[in-house]
Amino acid sequence: MTNIMDFTQNMVEVVSIICIIAISISLVLLLYRVIKGPSNPDRAVALDAIGVNIMALAGLLAVLLVTTYFNDVILLIGILLFIGTIAIAKFLEKGVIIDHDMD
Amino acid sequence: MSRPNDLILRSTTSLIAFILFGFSIYLYFAGHNAPGGGFIAGLMVSSAIVLMYMAYGFEAVNKILPINYRYCTAIGLMIAVLTGVGSFFFGEPFLSHTFGYLYIPFFGNKELATAMLFDLGVYITVLGITMTIILSIADDR
Repeated sequence: MTNIMDFTQNMVEVVSIICIIAISISLVLLLYRVIKGPSNPDRAVALDAIGVNIMALAGLLAVLLVTTYFNDVILLIGILLFIGTIAIAKFLEKGVIIDHDMD
Repeated sequence: MSRPNDLILRSTTSLIAFILFGFSIYLYFAGHNAPGGGFIAGLMVSSAIVLMYMAYGFEAVNKILPINYRYCTAIGLMIAVLTGVGSFFFGEPFLSHTFGYLYIPFFGNKELATAMLFDLGVYITVLGITMTIILSIADDR
């Protein structure tokens, strides 16, 4: 019984570390797209994907460190990512983020 | 120029802004032992107000929230200094803090620290500074 428990614990750790490495590689590639990206919509999509990857990274760290304190952090990153994406989308669409008078 | 059609943004903003205000209050009270505290709660509430500005524009939000955010910064710094000065009344050094346990109905036995009062000053200062910076940059006139 303890054999199986040890095996599953090792497996979770190894899988999380592999996933962290994969997400780090994808973050580097997305950073290249943000800096180099030929057009602005490319950068917007890449920034959005970077936020999602950072959320995944925080979740994997929570699994690896066996703690629940990261849940607030993940929610926080999600909210800031949402607002940032809206701001970038509005800037690309209209050229101004906060309009003076809507009507 | 065609009229903007922000129906989805406007109707989700009215819901999400309230979630953000509630989350900011949660973060403010969760601080001191868990992730949270005055700084990040101030950032959350200012992001909620920025979201409302993005959805409804300057005129409408200035009508429902007629706050001069420069005064917010001064009031927050005043609260922070006064909590530091308050420790003189108990014969302690500047900015010393303490904590105690208090039974609150419906919430149970909670630990309350005097650092929370200092955090209130940080909260209002961060709100004022963030909103001042963002509104000064975004003002296109």
